[in-house]
Amino acid sequence: MTYTLKILRRERNVQASYWESFTYEAVSEGDTVASALTALNTSTSPKNAEGESSRPIEWECSCLQKRCGACAMVIDGRPRLACDALLNESKTGELRVEPLRKFPVVCDLTVDRTILYDNLKTLRLWPSVEAELADECRDLAYESSECIQCGCCLEVCPNFYAEGPFFGMATVPLTTRLLTELSPADYREIARQYAKHTFAGCGKSLACKDVCPRRIDTEKLLVNANALAVWKRKKEKRK
Amino acid sequence: MEQNKQVNVVGAGLAGLAAAITLAEQGVGCRLISAQPSERAQSVLAEGGINAALDTMGEHDTPAEHFADTMRGGCFLEAESAVRNLTDHAPEVVRWLVRLGAPLMAKDGQLILRNFGGQKKKRTAYAKASTGKIIMTALIDEARKYEAQGLIRRYPHHELTGITVEDCNLKSIAVRDLFTQEMRAFTGRTILCTGGLNGFFEGMTTGTTPNTGNAAAIAFSAGVAFANLEMIQYHPTTMGITGKRMLVSEAARGEGGRLFIMRDGKPWYFMEEKYPELGNLMPRDVISREMVFVKREKGCEGEVCLDMRALDEFVWQHKLSDLRAEIIAYQHIDPKTDPVPVSPGIHFFMGGVRVDDRHETNVKGLFAAGEAACKYHGANRLGGNSMLGATFGGRVAALSAAQSAGHSEETVLTEAPPEPSHPECRAELREILLQGLGIVRTASEMQKAEEAMSLKCDAEQLTAIDRSRALLGLAMLQSALARKESRGAHYREDFPERDEAFRKLTLATCENGAIRLRFVSADAGEVD
Ligand SMILES: Cc1cc2nc3c(=O)[nH]c(=O)nc-3n(C[C@H](O)[C@H](O)[C@H](O)COP(=O)(O)OP(=O)(O)OC[C@H]3O[C@@H](n4cnc5c(N)ncnc54)[C@H](O)[C@@H]3O)c2cc1C
Ligand code: FES
Repeated sequence: MTYTLKILRRERNVQASYWESFTYEAVSEGDTVASALTALNTSTSPKNAEGESSRPIEWECSCLQKRCGACAMVIDGRPRLACDALLNESKTGELRVEPLRKFPVVCDLTVDRTILYDNLKTLRLWPSVEAELADECRDLAYESSECIQCGCCLEVCPNFYAEGPFFGMATVPLTTRLLTELSPADYREIARQYAKHTFAGCGKSLACKDVCPRRIDTEKLLVNANALAVWKRKKEKRK
Repeated sequence: MEQNKQVNVVGAGLAGLAAAITLAEQGVGCRLISAQPSERAQSVLAEGGINAALDTMGEHDTPAEHFADTMRGGCFLEAESAVRNLTDHAPEVVRWLVRLGAPLMAKDGQLILRNFGGQKKKRTAYAKASTGKIIMTALIDEARKYEAQGLIRRYPHHELTGITVEDCNLKSIAVRDLFTQEMRAFTGRTILCTGGLNGFFEGMTTGTTPNTGNAAAIAFSAGVAFANLEMIQYHPTTMGITGKRMLVSEAARGEGGRLFIMRDGKPWYFMEEKYPELGNLMPRDVISREMVFVKREKGCEGEVCLDMRALDEFVWQHKLSDLRAEIIAYQHIDPKTDPVPVSPGIHFFMGGVRVDDRHETNVKGLFAAGEAACKYHGANRLGGNSMLGATFGGRVAALSAAQSAGHSEETVLTEAPPEPSHPECRAELREILLQGLGIVRTASEMQKAEEAMSLKCDAEQLTAIDRSRALLGLAMLQSALARKESRGAHYREDFPERDEAFRKLTLATCENGAIRLRFVSADAGEVD
């Protein structure tokens, strides 16, 4: 089957974007948008759908198996990992591929997600003392270690915008991990920052829950983080 | 705080993070330079676990036994002093990760350890199927603390593009900002933690794409010595998806998965017939080779398949649910009801930048750790030993670099970034390398590949980076040709036996554009 990828492109240091279409002949049922982009870039000058030589399509990838978050982009209007977006899910055979919209575009499908990391720093997300993990908190710490910082959750969040005071779901898993592993005395500052930058701005739309490519139960992590950081519940009572 | 001391760490996977944090613990600053942020490094893919003789399972395990298993697994192709250092310190390394909060499986405060290939006792600490990911998360959080203090400064979308060496001393490195294309040079001590040589075998490895091998090619051309380049580990059970080979973890066979090939119209469970005792759980290299051999046998046709149909519901639900989901998504096969075609894929590079016991290279001031380096794993690495080697090696390299670290200059360069590698050229090099460096090697195939690669090295119109890549590729092939024996991952049909005369490392250097290859003692802690 032949698929058409309509890609929203932009050159480096240029403000205007433009659409360019490429066709890709699928080789297997498991082919994804990532497969198509990889195949197109095996040439220094890939041919577009009109048969004209173009320049390689810039995009980020790394694991190609949904584990690293590099390849997040907007596919047919939905934020997804390109390596998780099967081509045969498309009913028409034509897919619209755009960069994530809440981060500045670097080039084509590559965006600058620096703000994700800056926010984690503002929240002071690090262990100030040695971690002490109780057996009953281990599963929660495990699940909250799984966030891949792809940014998909922020794309659908009605309240998040880059540089804004609300940091969104992308900071919650790591917060939850540290809250489960430190004592209240040692996470006081993290809790304070969390209340200010996360709890206060979250309207609980939970749109994030539907798009997380790692299927992290964002609602559960949020409830746990709120309970520990804001409502000062004791850890033993939480699962 | 020794504000003026500054070290460059290139690569932000397990080895790079361990190095950066260790430097910070010493009060030494570092630039942590990586093509992508740590969350995207290959280390997050590690599933199985990390080894240490912590002896929490009542089996009286000791570091001495971990040492013996590692030496045997590596076919004695590494100095005892180095391996002993690793296995003696392993419990301390894993305890460090626990103190940083990595939620490894534990009960009543004791780590739970499991069995892993090639080891006699339970000594692999793990966390479900995401060991690498949860360890990386803990290290990334710890590194953030030092980022906030200004001790670690990240360059998270920067690629190494040059290494300048003068009289065997490191002068500077050059990096390109992948976002802005700006070029910078940094002087000072540098630790290479750029991972394995995946990019030489694009699409054929289980690893990640940013590990292009460019850093290694640049280092090689600059005169850095590489050892055991012929030692490439193939994992027997991988599935091809566009752009990579996806690992079907050993756990699938551990839980009862069986390999077969169709022979005269009937499934032949060849591993069970040939190796009645261990069957489908023989070491990775043995299975990979058998998979090649059975395909040549009379009456055999089609791919080797992994039959997991007999696995019970509990296993699918609780132990292999991720694996099943991935196989269904990418192969459109439900392993519960149908056999899955599998074939060997490249999984780990034992060879790399040769370092001494302090993790310094033959170029003074340049260090290396992790999969980029050749240390600890000999001719074959044990599952669970590479995360250990990366973490421990990163820490040792950092302590060594810190000792002699000094002030480091940063200069913005006005020159244009070097022309990138061409995908067409990479594909050509890959085909040549695959011809010579398969699972089962023959002199004639290796020679043909060597000739083709030599031609490539001399070809006109190569970009500088592609020429360096061809040169390192040639060194790989020459190393394989020179080792006239079979040992660990290196199997030759013309020399199928191990030969003690070759219990030596192949050491390749590039001198004035030409390759110099020699054998050096496996027992020396020094590079040469
Ligand atoms: C699927 C899979 C499963 C595995 N399972 C296990 C296991 O269970 N146990 C175990 O012990 N090992 C396992 N391994 C092996 C282990 O994960 C790796 O060997 C180890 O993580 C390597 O760590 P590293 O820090 O050396 O490199 P990596 O984690 O690969 O990091 C390399 C870093 O270098 C950067 N980089 C590369 N090139 C450049 C450049 N030119 N310029 C700038 N930056 C660059 C990358 O961006 C990255 O940050 C597994 C590997 C795979 C692929
Ligand atoms: S490339 Fe890693 S998630 Fe897609």
